[in-house]
Amino acid sequence: MSINADEFEMLAREGTTIPPVEPGDVVPQPLPPRRGTLASAWRALKSAPLTAWFGLIVITAYIILAVFAPFIAPHGESEVVANQYEPWSAQFPLGTDQLGRDMLSRLIYGARNTIGIAVVTTILSFCIGGTLGLLASIIGGWTDQLLGRAVDILMAIPQLIFALMLLSIVGSSIPNLIVIIAVLDSTRVFRLTRAVAMNVVVLDFVEAARLQGEKIPWIMTREILPNILPPLVAEFGLRFCFVFLTISALSFLGLGIQPPTADWGSMVRENATLIAYGDVTPLLPAGAIALLTVAVNFVVDWFLHKTSGLKDDR
Amino acid sequence: MNPILKTVLQRLGLGLVTLFVVSIVIFSAVTMLPGDFATAILGQSATPETVAAFQRQIGLDRPPILRYLYWIGGVLQGNFGESFSSAGGLGGGHVRTVVSLVVPRLKNTLFLASFAALIAVPLSLVLGMLAALYRNSLFDRLVNLVTLTSISVPEFFVAYILMLFLAVKLPLFYSLASVSPDTPFLERVARCALPALTLVLVIVAHMMRMTRAAIINLLASPYIETARLKGVKPGRIIFRHALPNAWAPIATVIALNLAYLIVGVVVVEVVFVYPGIGQLMVDSVSARDIPVVQACALVFAVTYILLNLVADIVSIVTNPRLLRPR
Repeated sequence: MSINADEFEMLAREGTTIPPVEPGDVVPQPLPPRRGTLASAWRALKSAPLTAWFGLIVITAYIILAVFAPFIAPHGESEVVANQYEPWSAQFPLGTDQLGRDMLSRLIYGARNTIGIAVVTTILSFCIGGTLGLLASIIGGWTDQLLGRAVDILMAIPQLIFALMLLSIVGSSIPNLIVIIAVLDSTRVFRLTRAVAMNVVVLDFVEAARLQGEKIPWIMTREILPNILPPLVAEFGLRFCFVFLTISALSFLGLGIQPPTADWGSMVRENATLIAYGDVTPLLPAGAIALLTVAVNFVVDWFLHKTSGLKDDR
Repeated sequence: MNPILKTVLQRLGLGLVTLFVVSIVIFSAVTMLPGDFATAILGQSATPETVAAFQRQIGLDRPPILRYLYWIGGVLQGNFGESFSSAGGLGGGHVRTVVSLVVPRLKNTLFLASFAALIAVPLSLVLGMLAALYRNSLFDRLVNLVTLTSISVPEFFVAYILMLFLAVKLPLFYSLASVSPDTPFLERVARCALPALTLVLVIVAHMMRMTRAAIINLLASPYIETARLKGVKPGRIIFRHALPNAWAPIATVIALNLAYLIVGVVVVEVVFVYPGIGQLMVDSVSARDIPVVQACALVFAVTYILLNLVADIVSIVTNPRLLRPR
């Protein structure tokens, strides 16, 4: 059996059950894309659909904002510059927030904080989930069973609820937030890594490497990882979106990133009262979150389509 | 033994085991509390005696296994203990049991969730099937783009946009969903319209995409191709050949999304200040009122596990291969 694009997408997006893979069930894996030359990257980009282009441009813009925040923002991150809830004006293009801080500057610094924390969390989640998934697929047997059941249990509780419960115990701080979300999210990474690695582990070249006496780290990084990289890269994009949304939701609920750090989720919460007066300002940070996740999703969609060689319609 | 019955019993057993383990995980929450927790709850000025009394009250002086048995025994009899916020004799005030806090909120949440589900499930199934039947058409592409966008957007964004346009700019709906136990049914529906609409928008996107994927998958299988080649009419292919095999994926899709609804409900309740269990949980987390948090987490987890179990069982019971064993 092979995984088609839609199923794959379902797996990736929903973390649903992975179709069972029998050991003898060899799936032809797509080769990793040839990399290294700018020319081929450019060729791929030129044929990319409009949505992917849109996504790439938006992501680039966000990265620039996040990196150069102090140079772009007109005011400091938590500097009180005027009265509270000033309307939009030439001096404060997007007005001020509930403490009289410049909204535009907070938005720009928010890019740095919110995206930065989400990226760190996703990387940590991939380190945990990816390593364990590869180990489970190579070692098999009891290790695989034990890890698999542990992940089943963790996934039996809705993620946001579990995160809320853990935060109530350890208290809300940025390191706690990163570790909790990373661990909970790594269960999805584990499942995907294990499922795709299982298809590669049974191939002859892995057997050959084992017979040669290669150690497990070598088999993990040199034999299997390069062959499962494209789905993992796509998954990284999707997991980033998910983590980003979870952290924003927690911040919005007042349990994530704490003030005075500028963060989009908490900014929506802090300024929500303005909605009742028909002001769109509180929607801007929410829109910033939405725009980035949509952009990443567009790019991932294109990337999945491109690298997997899987077709949307069979 | 009948193969269906056997598989169903197996799944039920597995579900019970999961419930048991999850209850242990949730219970361990208290055991993992840092040592200074009592001080954090009672404030810096708490005397050592108050701290000791508090620890005795939440049972930290007994071994964990006994405490678990005591706790789960209480839970099975509908007794979740007392809320910290009213911890008897410590915070002053009268004692409030967790159940008295959770039950009315749970009813409200169930009302909101079923309201949303009643609209979302039929709508998304129809949209999903249409998109699958006319795939790669303009309609399909449009729906794909719209749903991909709305999946990627945070729930509170959808909620506030609806509030801004449908309650503030155009005063069609109530912007805050404040209900009390004696609100009459029709008014309750009117007040819940906006939160329900938000939930519908969020889960229709998920459910529709998954339905579409499931149906496309099915229509591509060889036996449908055979039916098509031997000249069976399209309507008959759908109802006679495809649908019997489609119940399983469709049930899974519905259950997964109802489960997703449970999570979405937390954020939406906070946005619309709806007195549901999600908001109760968020408030209790900020107050670090662990017994209430545990009760809420348990309610959410049990609902989630049961929904997944139902989906599993539906897909077994409707499986034609199991229904007509050779």
